[in-house]
Amino acid sequence: MPQAEHPNAVAPVFAALGDQNRLSLLSQLSHGRARSIIELTRGSGLTRQGVKKHLVILEQAGVVFSVRVGRESRFALRRDGLTGAQIYLERASKQWDDSTRRLRTLIED
Amino acid sequence: MGDRIIKQVYLRAPLSRVWRALTDQYEFGEWFRVKLDGPFRQGTVSTGTMTYPGYEHCPWLATVERIEPEQFLSLRWHDFDEASGMPIGDQATTLVEFRLEAVADGTNLTITESGFEALPDHRRIEVLRGNTEGWNIQAQNITNHMNASG
Repeated sequence: MPQAEHPNAVAPVFAALGDQNRLSLLSQLSHGRARSIIELTRGSGLTRQGVKKHLVILEQAGVVFSVRVGRESRFALRRDGLTGAQIYLERASKQWDDSTRRLRTLIED
Repeated sequence: MGDRIIKQVYLRAPLSRVWRALTDQYEFGEWFRVKLDGPFRQGTVSTGTMTYPGYEHCPWLATVERIEPEQFLSLRWHDFDEASGMPIGDQATTLVEFRLEAVADGTNLTITESGFEALPDHRRIEVLRGNTEGWNIQAQNITNHMNASG
């Protein structure tokens, strides 16, 4: 589902993040510069095809973009694509903080 | 950075006390802010009404997936997006898991919420979760989370 059609959709982002291989690819891309599939394949335990497949999913979720450099594609993190999902998690997380504070009051008093 | 929420809290109370707060319908209702129609039973559907101020008209619906006495409780919690017009039973769920572990002078409680990919969009936040105050999001958080997970 292309993100452009659903600018508020966080579900595809969570779906894209719900995979250890993709989280690990994102983590590598978080350190700045755009990387090629060959670079990302190194040490990943995945085949080049596998890395490419995961990158396509991340790109469709809007959290990664690709740029053409010469004959190869390089991939980089798209931070704004993560913001919606991040805000969501932050809010849900804060709600759990509030709930556990009430739980603590209930059982420790 | 990830696709789930994990909360770990240390509580200065014996495990059995914490377990009661998680599984007694009235105690759970007090801290979670919901009025439950009945006790949690494994494999059954729990119904009730939210008591969170301003959200008292919102229903509560969850499937009690697994109960392991004094160790583990999991609930599949239904989203309630009023604007969708859909009955709560047809709305998406997230999975909430509570794990208990006895430690010196207290109990460690780990709460995990996952399955956000099932949600249609972020409106749920505005309905049931938009009521939290004091939080602030900074774009920098994303970078921090990403780097921390590296």
